[in-house]
Amino acid sequence: MSVPLVEIGRTLVISLPGELPDADVALLETSVLERLKGRRFTGVLIDLTAVDVVDSYLGRTIRDLAALSALMGARTVVTGISPAVAITLVELGLDLPRVRTELNLERGLAWLSRTDRT
Amino acid sequence: MAQPNGPDLTPGGHVVQLRITAADDVIIVSARGAARELARELGFGVVDQTRIATAVSEIVRNIVQYAGAGTVTIEVRDEPGRKGLVVVAEDEGPGIADVERALAGGYTTGQGFGRGIAGARALMDEFELWSEVGRGTRVRMCKWLT
Repeated sequence: MSVPLVEIGRTLVISLPGELPDADVALLETSVLERLKGRRFTGVLIDLTAVDVVDSYLGRTIRDLAALSALMGARTVVTGISPAVAITLVELGLDLPRVRTELNLERGLAWLSRTDRT
Repeated sequence: MAQPNGPDLTPGGHVVQLRITAADDVIIVSARGAARELARELGFGVVDQTRIATAVSEIVRNIVQYAGAGTVTIEVRDEPGRKGLVVVAEDEGPGIADVERALAGGYTTGQGFGRGIAGARALMDEFELWSEVGRGTRVRMCKWLT
């Protein structure tokens, strides 16, 4: 199962599927970087609406994606974190301190368009 | 998808045992799915189901990463006075040289996860780890339905 990357305006939307094997998580960083270098994206949105487990591996990957995207000139917003995932992330010590989060995809896109002043 | 090697039914409840091999790239997804399903059947709420599924994900990944093979057993305990899930993960891998540091977090000899064991411990009610260098590792962790 590969992760679909969808372009909405100048935002790259990554909708993570519910059950994501590690091999696909590992491919995410390179496939996102490939897309970011090809076009001038100003935002990356990682939507976790379908995701019911974020363990340390996926948590770290999300954090790294945000850092890589920043280096490529794009802001990252993470959306759709369920209450149960929020609780486990905090208990794991993996809350995402420097990553912007919004409740859902719509609000994530709105935040990116508000902050896009380039 | 990985096939459980015989999901046995015991009189006291359900036991699911999964054989872990590094070649099976969906074993982590299968194991946490099985754990969540048993937790849900037993009556755990969504937050505890998620804690259990996440802890199982961490310890199964540890086996995939470091030992390459092992087993994980998820057992429903329905005893007078308490109900819960007991998860046992065993491997005959290289073992953990510094168990205290692994339990405290931030210790890794692999690809830099480090938080897995400490994270699983934080999410469960009981957590025990035995490890011997050159012999293997055994984790036993429980979540009780209060």
